[in-house]
Amino acid sequence: MSLVFAIILGTLFGYVLYRVGATDADKIISMLTLKDMYLAKAIASGIGLAALLLFVGLSCGLIDPTHLSTKSMFLGVVPGGILLGIGWALSGMCPGTGVANLGAGRIDALVYVVGGLVGAAAFTMDYESLAALGLFDAIWGGKITLASLLNSHWAGILLGAAFILCASLLPLRIRSQS
Amino acid sequence: MQWNWKKSGLALGLTFVLAIVLVKPIGVSTQFVIVDGIIASLFNDSLVYPSSESPSGYGSDNAYLNKSGGKYAAAIANPLNYGLMFVASMIVGGFIASRQLRRQDADPPRLPLVHRQRFGNDTLKRYLLSFVGGFLCVYGARMAGGCTSGHMMSGMMQTSVSGFVFAASAFAAAVPTAIWLYDRGAKKS
Repeated sequence: MSLVFAIILGTLFGYVLYRVGATDADKIISMLTLKDMYLAKAIASGIGLAALLLFVGLSCGLIDPTHLSTKSMFLGVVPGGILLGIGWALSGMCPGTGVANLGAGRIDALVYVVGGLVGAAAFTMDYESLAALGLFDAIWGGKITLASLLNSHWAGILLGAAFILCASLLPLRIRSQS
Repeated sequence: MQWNWKKSGLALGLTFVLAIVLVKPIGVSTQFVIVDGIIASLFNDSLVYPSSESPSGYGSDNAYLNKSGGKYAAAIANPLNYGLMFVASMIVGGFIASRQLRRQDADPPRLPLVHRQRFGNDTLKRYLLSFVGGFLCVYGARMAGGCTSGHMMSGMMQTSVSGFVFAASAFAAAVPTAIWLYDRGAKKS
């Protein structure tokens, strides 16, 4: 049964990423150069809506809380995020959109995914020495969320609303097109 | 036709919630490790092996594949698992959407417009940037414990502190990099 869900949800996610234009390197780069914030508005409102529905669903008992899975906070999150940000800006793709782009038959996406496989292999070999540096030791209490810190689903509902508000207030253009 | 930001946000939001309602939060970058492991175990029979001491039933001599009770080792030994099937199906979703858009609009350009404005029709440079970008994205995602999907979208929607730190780090690096690389000399257009 879980494989049926994997196929349905994976197909839906790939479809949505493509239809939203997150797979379009032009849209990613235009967002990162602050010239066209369409995608930022879409992503922020998406996160906001998801948070809102999730925490309303949890409050009403419509969503099984054991389905949640949060990631731990450790030092590696910062350099890891920086490396991902640089790679994202160079290529205009991230791991998810690179994969969805394979379905469109893009050669640059295939090259990106091969680069990703090489990167994953390099990390798999580097893991032990990075771990010895303490990069993956939990800090700030590890898997903490704002909702658990404040012990209230309202934190998630309000945060979701704030994301949607920010998305609608964010101007489409911050810097002028050259 | 291109969706507006509201419709796009609605589609993204519903997809991420639906995944949690039915199974668990969406994530992608782990599967790059699993695919590597499946390829590597074709050449190395002993990369992952059944282990009665490990909670997942599998172990590996590689510390990364062996971590968290050998769950990566187990996924490599059993490729028909949720995470890998999810990511493989994303290719199908991308295929359907690209076909649909291709009927409506013209063919998407082979090179991104920003690339042509900056580097002309240098296809090789595009592939070089794509390869280095893929390498850095997945290496970084694994170091951080997740990528744009798992950390940024799934993480922040759960109000996870690590998701906010990850998003801030990624944008703090991505914005100057993109401006530095694609904005110089782009006035040619």
